[in-house]
Amino acid sequence: MTASTAETLLSVEDLKCQFDVSKPFLNRVLEREPKRWLKAVDGVSFSIKKGETFALVGESGCGKSTVARLVVGLYDPTDGHIYFDGKDVHNIKSNAEIQTLRRRFQMIFQDPFASLNPRWRVDRIVAEPIKVFGLMSDEKKIKERVAELLTQVGLSPADGSKWPHEFSGGQRQRICIARALANNPEFLVCDEPTSALDVSVQAQILNLMKDLQDTLGLTYLFISHDLAVVRHMANRVGVMYLGRIVEIADSKTLFEEPKHPYTRMLLATIPDITMSGKEKVIMKGEVPNPITPPPGCTFHPRCPLANERCKREAPALIAVSGGQSVSCHAIEEGRTA
Amino acid sequence: MTNDTQTPLLSVRNLRIEFPTRRGVLVAIDDVSFDISKGEVLGVVGESGAGKSLTGAAIIGLLEPPGRIADGQILLQGEPIHNLPHAQMRKIRGRKIAMIFQDPLTSLNPLFTVGQQIIETILTHKDISEKQARQRAIDLLTEVGIPGPEQRVDHYPHQFSGGMRQRVVIALALCADPELIIADEPTTALDVSVQAQIIALLKKLCKEHQTAVMLVTHDMGVIAEVADRVAVMYAGRLAEIGPVKELVQNPQHPYTKGLMGSIPVLGADIKRLVQIDGSMPRLTSIPKGCAFNPRCKQVFDRCREERPNLIATGKTHAACWLYDNQDKNQDNQGNDQDSQDKREQTA
Repeated sequence: MTASTAETLLSVEDLKCQFDVSKPFLNRVLEREPKRWLKAVDGVSFSIKKGETFALVGESGCGKSTVARLVVGLYDPTDGHIYFDGKDVHNIKSNAEIQTLRRRFQMIFQDPFASLNPRWRVDRIVAEPIKVFGLMSDEKKIKERVAELLTQVGLSPADGSKWPHEFSGGQRQRICIARALANNPEFLVCDEPTSALDVSVQAQILNLMKDLQDTLGLTYLFISHDLAVVRHMANRVGVMYLGRIVEIADSKTLFEEPKHPYTRMLLATIPDITMSGKEKVIMKGEVPNPITPPPGCTFHPRCPLANERCKREAPALIAVSGGQSVSCHAIEEGRTA
Repeated sequence: MTNDTQTPLLSVRNLRIEFPTRRGVLVAIDDVSFDISKGEVLGVVGESGAGKSLTGAAIIGLLEPPGRIADGQILLQGEPIHNLPHAQMRKIRGRKIAMIFQDPLTSLNPLFTVGQQIIETILTHKDISEKQARQRAIDLLTEVGIPGPEQRVDHYPHQFSGGMRQRVVIALALCADPELIIADEPTTALDVSVQAQIIALLKKLCKEHQTAVMLVTHDMGVIAEVADRVAVMYAGRLAEIGPVKELVQNPQHPYTKGLMGSIPVLGADIKRLVQIDGSMPRLTSIPKGCAFNPRCKQVFDRCREERPNLIATGKTHAACWLYDNQDKNQDNQGNDQDSQDKREQTA
């Protein structure tokens, strides 16, 4: 099945990823323990249109980074499909085709200190994708391209001869962006690109990313735990909790009319910087251990609307209105106001 | 100096911290002064490297060598504590000033149960029996909202989740009923939903115990929730200090303005965030005059030559020449509020 319409760039269907966290074989035999699996991603579906920014938010351990890594192919999914431009990414046999597909997406990582090789000069780092994909062979042309990329992200071409340690966190993230742009990708997966940065530097990087999207027509999958950043960047947002998407909606709808109790509580817990003095609802409890998630709806131990059904059955993602989908029994049954 | 109503709980005067290195002396904190009164929460914000944690470490006497206090004074209830010998400082540390660190995993000893750690701290500072100390430990755990404290007191740190661990750290800080708690990024390692719980807890406990808190964080949102007053630091200096509401809603210093504008807000549709170009200067190359001048959009000649002191403007004090509308040579320390206010009105 091809889930792509004319403008859908990436679509993910029922994606699952499990990690084996069992004890070693001998211990399992001696202690008579079964294998244990951590369901990092448990049936996630979404699609991203060309030129838009789709964001995944959630607390640590909800599986958002795993989704990012699955999408770019750093992990193999246990089950489910990823369609990029209509093609099933994990079902391509020919190497050449994989290469051409891979060239069309890139990733920006969270920690700009760990994602640059400290023994390589900046120009070599930025030129690497060009060489790996064999886009240019003329050294002089590569040099020109690197200079152009560095200028594009707000650095000077002369910075190419420096080492990564000579740059601050924000500048390093610019280098990472330059490297990600080197093979002219259409799609960028950004895994918490600004969470290691100070707010004023974060503003610079977010502005840069928006500018690049406007000029190059990029599509972003934006992973973040910061709801305010997501509100600023994304067109559509998916909220994740323990490996599942609990709510997907347009950014405006999600932040103005959140439906799922988790989304509502998440929004209520953000420190109010405008100091409007509105009453705060504080979420009780913490995210459960994903190895032994609660049965039924995984949010039920923390949910004020939970009843018997929530403890038994896992809710499915159901469309409510205008592109907003929620997975919650209470919403489905109309138990909320 | 025994007048309690007049003397602030903590008073930092012209603090200067230096790091002698092979390539010369780095000035990490340069002429910083502020007060904290009893029961007050002072938020200290700034970007990484602004010197906010260092200020906290200097107050509690945990400055790592070769860092040293080169000048200035730290007064606790009027008594200087910046030059005390180690043995005497140990008596103050924990009893009068306690500290909450950023990472609850590394600030607890993994080899001892949380009960042992809390009891040890109580017995160090209080003259009570071990049995009473254990009861007090259980009471403290109850107070910080740990369910089943009678059992939990005998658990090891790894058996607690991140949020619960930070609650244990707060309980540890409260052991000896300190007058002042220095909380260094207490919620940075936590998720937003847990962060909200910890903030609420900290706020409640400080109110109940009348403990003053110096809350060091880079998160303006946390400050807006908890603090009474805010100090904004930039390159080892105070940029602006004032009541939280005034500072958040009506910042005066160009740096604070930029900082506030660069934070994405949930409610509003902003096309572009306010961008402060460039980055904070390295300690080796702090510019002459105002440290912010190369990045400031309203810079003028005087900013490049002379360093501004805190000047009263509106309801805050900002270290910015923009607000100095009197004769140039006057040293505005910011404590002559009345005359400053009059000047504001005439201007």
